[in-house]
Amino acid sequence: MERKIRVLIAKPGLDGHDRGAKVIARALRDAGMEVIYTGLRQTPTMVAEAALQEDVDVVGLSILSGAHMALVPRVLEELQQRGIGDRPLFVGGIVPPDDVPALKALGVQEVFGPGTNTQTVIEFIQRVVHA
Amino acid sequence: MPEPDLVAAALAGDRRALARLLSWVENGTEAGQAALAALYPRTGRAHIVGLTGSPGSGKSTLIGRVAQELRQRDNLVAIVAVDPSSPFSGGALLGDRLRMQDLVTDPGVFVRSMASRGQPGGLARATRDMIGVLDAVGFPFILVETVGAGQAEVDIARTAHTVVLVEAPGMGDDVQALKAGLMEIADILVVNKADRPEAQQTIRILQTAQQLSGPAGHHGAQAAGPTAPAAAWSPPIVQTVALEDRGVAELVEAILAHRRYLEASGYWQRRLEQQARAEVETWLQRHLLALLRERIGDAQLDEAVAAVYRREQDPASAARQLLEIVLQI
Repeated sequence: MERKIRVLIAKPGLDGHDRGAKVIARALRDAGMEVIYTGLRQTPTMVAEAALQEDVDVVGLSILSGAHMALVPRVLEELQQRGIGDRPLFVGGIVPPDDVPALKALGVQEVFGPGTNTQTVIEFIQRVVHA
Repeated sequence: MPEPDLVAAALAGDRRALARLLSWVENGTEAGQAALAALYPRTGRAHIVGLTGSPGSGKSTLIGRVAQELRQRDNLVAIVAVDPSSPFSGGALLGDRLRMQDLVTDPGVFVRSMASRGQPGGLARATRDMIGVLDAVGFPFILVETVGAGQAEVDIARTAHTVVLVEAPGMGDDVQALKAGLMEIADILVVNKADRPEAQQTIRILQTAQQLSGPAGHHGAQAAGPTAPAAAWSPPIVQTVALEDRGVAELVEAILAHRRYLEASGYWQRRLEQQARAEVETWLQRHLLALLRERIGDAQLDEAVAAVYRREQDPASAARQLLEIVLQI
């Protein structure tokens, strides 16, 4: 049977704007992926537990609150604690360019800002999953 | 990790191993097949409860509440939630977890979402096998949420011990309730969102439909006969407001009562026999189809399709001819 790419799209933190996350989830669905969408206000523990139970290939975090430097390390830590720190993680949302190298140094594979073409995200996921 | 380790780890309670095992089974890999074979002797113990009903009736929220209630009674709970795959892209948006937030960090709960992957009937092809894995690793309750179902998505009746049909108020008149399909397979009827003004009318419609049909329920009806207990199962109608956690304890009581009924009536055992037969037949068909496809080959198949397309031969005869060639009959 065919193997589908499984992606978790999660919104950690307290901002309530999930339009971007939904646009990405929909685009990935239309690219033939199985997208697990967990909705708003996820704690890092909730994100990591969902990634574990769903055995996803990739984790995408949508963060618009500016709290990425606080949230991302905690998500990574929770993933590592569960033995799934090797799953590629990407961040979408509003991240100042100065923070991007720091996030990548932590282990984030890619950071997508506002206006990113959904095709770019799709190709990124296909590349990291098949790598 | 090699396959025996993953099975052993999952049996020892390693949730990462369990999650990966479920993926193997879902994808129909050889390792998944081997794991299923190894785990099969341990299956047949869990109470499998299916929740079905129209999209938006509140299945996901309710299933989350039922799981919480079972947790409060010290039971481990697994949830398998099926959402539809796109017929165009093959992708899916699996959003049932969204309604089960309170459960996510409970180590006694395991939630797995799956896409239907083109299978009609409300479940995916691998749903039953994934339930088998969760059963084998020791979850005493497995709650299965079907694709938001219309009228005929009745596969859940062949998979679950107890089928809960979730209705929301205002979904149709009394003739809808008389039609064949979902209503017939329900062991428990739930009117969710029961705080809405139209709820009482929905309850009356369901009650009337029940009075017209006598004892129903897919297991109740089949248990009727000389060996049936004096009182056959009559599907109770339970009112819930899942968002406010109202009526959930009553629903869990109804689910447990149905289990007691199944065990007392002998239907629990009979169902295991029926399921064994159905599973062997299903796999026989799958293996046979794969074998025949391989023997026939693309070239011969294309040729037959072309002949049918040109209206030189009808499809039934073309298929029979292909079989005659490969089976030499």
